[in-house]
Amino acid sequence: MAEPPGEPRPEARAGPAAGRDRGAQEQSWPEEGPEQPPYEGFEPEEVPPWPRQPGLGPAAYEYQGVRQASGQPQELRRSVYQPPAPSQDPYRAQDQRGSFYQPHAPGQAPYQSETPEQYLCQPHGTEQGPYEPEVSEIAVSERYALGQDSYRTEEPRQSAYESYAAGLDPYQTHEPRSVYETYTLQEDPYQAYEPGHGPYQPHEPGYGLYQPGYSTYDEQVPDPNPRMLAMQNAKAYLLKSSTTSGLNLYDHLANMLTKILDEQPTNAVDIIENISKDVKWAQFRKKMDTLRDEHEILPTFEVAEKRKALFLKVHGEGDEELEDEIAETPLPNVMETAFYFEQAGIGLSKDETYHILLALKQLISVQPIQTCRFWGKILGLEMNYIIAEVQYNDRAEEEEAEDEEDNEEGGKAMSEDKGGDEDEEKQEDDEPPQSTYRPPPVIPKEDNGTGTNKYVYFVCNEPGKPWVKLPPVTPAQIVCARKIKKFFTGRLDAPVVSFPPFPGNEANYLRAQIARISAGTQICPIGFYQFGEEEGDEEEEGGGGRDTYEENPDFQPLSVVEMVDSLSTWVHHTQNILKQGRCVWLNPFQKSEEEEEGEEEEKAEETDEVQQEIGPPLLTPVSEDEGIQNVPAWTAQYSTNLVPQYAVAILQSNRWPGAYAFASGRRFDNIYLGWGHKYSPENHTPSLPPPVQTEYPSGPEITETNDPTVEEEQALKAAQEEALAAAGEEEEEEEDEDEDEDD
Amino acid sequence: MDAASLPGALDLVASGGAGLSPEKRAALGASLPLLQRDYRFERVWFWGRIQGLRGAYYIAEGLGPDRAAPRSRLYSLNCVEWSLLPPASEEMVAQAEKLKGRFQGDPSFEYELAEIKAEDAEKLTEDGQEPVIKEEARLVATIEQIDKAVGIIPRGSFVKTPLGSVHENRNFEGLSLTEAKKLSSYFHLTEPVNLKNKTLLEKADLDPSTDFLDSLEHDIPKGSWTVQLEKGGVVVVLRSLLWLGLTFYHVPMTKQYGYVYFGTGEKNLDLPFML
Repeated sequence: MAEPPGEPRPEARAGPAAGRDRGAQEQSWPEEGPEQPPYEGFEPEEVPPWPRQPGLGPAAYEYQGVRQASGQPQELRRSVYQPPAPSQDPYRAQDQRGSFYQPHAPGQAPYQSETPEQYLCQPHGTEQGPYEPEVSEIAVSERYALGQDSYRTEEPRQSAYESYAAGLDPYQTHEPRSVYETYTLQEDPYQAYEPGHGPYQPHEPGYGLYQPGYSTYDEQVPDPNPRMLAMQNAKAYLLKSSTTSGLNLYDHLANMLTKILDEQPTNAVDIIENISKDVKWAQFRKKMDTLRDEHEILPTFEVAEKRKALFLKVHGEGDEELEDEIAETPLPNVMETAFYFEQAGIGLSKDETYHILLALKQLISVQPIQTCRFWGKILGLEMNYIIAEVQYNDRAEEEEAEDEEDNEEGGKAMSEDKGGDEDEEKQEDDEPPQSTYRPPPVIPKEDNGTGTNKYVYFVCNEPGKPWVKLPPVTPAQIVCARKIKKFFTGRLDAPVVSFPPFPGNEANYLRAQIARISAGTQICPIGFYQFGEEEGDEEEEGGGGRDTYEENPDFQPLSVVEMVDSLSTWVHHTQNILKQGRCVWLNPFQKSEEEEEGEEEEKAEETDEVQQEIGPPLLTPVSEDEGIQNVPAWTAQYSTNLVPQYAVAILQSNRWPGAYAFASGRRFDNIYLGWGHKYSPENHTPSLPPPVQTEYPSGPEITETNDPTVEEEQALKAAQEEALAAAGEEEEEEEDEDEDEDD
Repeated sequence: MDAASLPGALDLVASGGAGLSPEKRAALGASLPLLQRDYRFERVWFWGRIQGLRGAYYIAEGLGPDRAAPRSRLYSLNCVEWSLLPPASEEMVAQAEKLKGRFQGDPSFEYELAEIKAEDAEKLTEDGQEPVIKEEARLVATIEQIDKAVGIIPRGSFVKTPLGSVHENRNFEGLSLTEAKKLSSYFHLTEPVNLKNKTLLEKADLDPSTDFLDSLEHDIPKGSWTVQLEKGGVVVVLRSLLWLGLTFYHVPMTKQYGYVYFGTGEKNLDLPFML
């Protein structure tokens, strides 16, 4: 305190509390908040000599302080950015900028950045003010050492200013410590920086007393030499390399500050920890092998490769092929349909749609396809499915049918062999009673190209991945699919675990759902399709009526207004699936197909009455679709209300959420984008197991009757004797006996 | 999703099939900033669309300085004119849970609750009882439920200040690809429920400034989220299976993230059967 206030100040600015600071150090700069714990009332014994260490960063205190300090804004030292002493420090240039961070009105401003040193050297009382940043000499060290303890307040020292530091009193009444002591302490980091537990905390009074070299009556260092020495020690400490990372604090702080000053982020004090982390990270990155980064994003690259392959044209064809391609290609104009759906907000992103278009093109080039359509997308748990609806060329169909028959015959042959074995067994005697259970007859699947199997479906998980053909669907699968509700996983070979057990794996389940959705939601404007002119076919086909249609060349498109207002302007162009699981009813008990159309016949078979199932015929208007409870089956909207001239009629299905249809002039299409499940307002109840079968028929032969009682037997005996005696009255006696027996 | 990044974000979630038409996008681009101006929101999120039978509700949320404070919600039938929704009360939520079926699309539609028939309901309203619940209230309750149950953010995107308020983390640079595939890197943006049940060991690893919310790891039922890499591995998309239609997207190593709901506003109670 021997020095006049004015002089030490500029020097004091240098290195805020450099040698003294303990604890959070790189933070000590940003953290020096406005609160310099006022120093009022502190008549401390002495002001410890403050080492004027220009330009040193916050003194070397353990990094731990950072952690604690970071959470506590009060930790912030005011003199966060103390410019180092002008003439002494290479960093001084930053001083000027440093003032950017902190107002420097010495001693006047509330958030004054004055180094502790200044205060130490100042006589008390000279700088008084409500917000005087008076620093207790010792307090400087404690200030930093505090870390956690910043909240301690010691009344005598509190000034109004302390109230800023939300109750924090970093400046404990500690005895002044000499520079040397601080270093000693620092060398023992754990001791110096206890997180507030145990005795002898830096902030506790009397702490210093136990430290070696700590004297209550130390004076400030009067001459510069010890100060220089202290400064060098401090700098040496800062330059010590870390044993674990090889960095040293000095360089790190320098880098960090350089980065801050270069980038000048707003509110740097709030993100200083992150800046520090970033600087460290940047250091590390240079040392690490770049290969490590590449590994991480490898999967993305692979997928990108596949997608790129889509874009490559297969060169090998001449120009003639090109014309062929353009002329009659089964490739659907996916982008055009996507445009119309987009008017209603439905559809995938343009990128994805384009990829799908290219994938379809790839499919067409590989398979002999006559017509192709983008059916839709079904979402799954792990992966999604992109589905293409395809019709083969006639030749290809025959080949396929043959292949499938071969497979089936192979299967049948095997089952016949088994049947033969069973027959032999039946001829043996003394065998247990035959089970009277006959499994319900297997309803054969519909032929390819008819009914539910009219189209062939190809799926892939992502455009670029190979297309997989889905097997045709059997009625049993459809019937079972109606009873279960499972998410798709995205892998075609995944088992479907459900009750009733689904006969097949996920590929079959997917195919069944596609069939159901198609049958329920594929619609078109009325008049677009018409039935063929051949009337003779009607009798041969089942009660379902005609199942073929053709485009109507005289189709007159209806206006959009009409399409939206009335649902009867739309018709289904896919056959409805009966309860049996087929589109065309087949009596399972009859070997030959003899159906009569339009009549409900009750054919009493051996055990079951099989009713012919009739569904709505093809090309029924959509208005006849039943809703679910009070929810209509379809919602019709315009794509836009603002521009009715170019509006598109959009239909959304409420029974199968995700099924959409649009119509605009002559163009129309359907699409499905969803999870693949039907809507049910009620919760899904899994089917109960069937009732336990009766093991044996119960009849009089097996049923136990009560044994006749003694009286009955005697009565019977008596009656019999009477009967013998009175032969003529046998009939009456027999009747009596019968009655007796029945009792 | 943030109103400012709406066009790009819609592309990223379009893989679910739901999106907005160009007309609606343009309308939102014009009306959402006006909302911000009129209501003095700091952020405006386009929350999504609830499809009713006769129309759709477009929902927007406005956030104030504290991002964790209850948000103001607004709805619109045409993306141009917005009406403020009342805050959700527990009673509203409890009543709305009893309702089943689709939204009608008309905000003044009245549902009768269970036992009471439509004719009697009108008589009873005079008694002071309210056996009817308006669709608007159902809307509020549904949005609240969805936000509470499946509104998610990536870990580290929000920080909690020591004073308790929550802000966006300026230093959030995005999750890495490996982190983005894990459910534990995403948090529910609501009051945490499970946080205090964690063991001390787990808590020791947490950073209180960023780990102050529940993560998705322990959501019940397990498997109610699907995590997929879309668009060639560019964006991570999480879809909720409990509320079908809630889609969350995040582009790893960038600051782009957000969630949006395109659906019917019905909870998928069949979820356990479907997994």
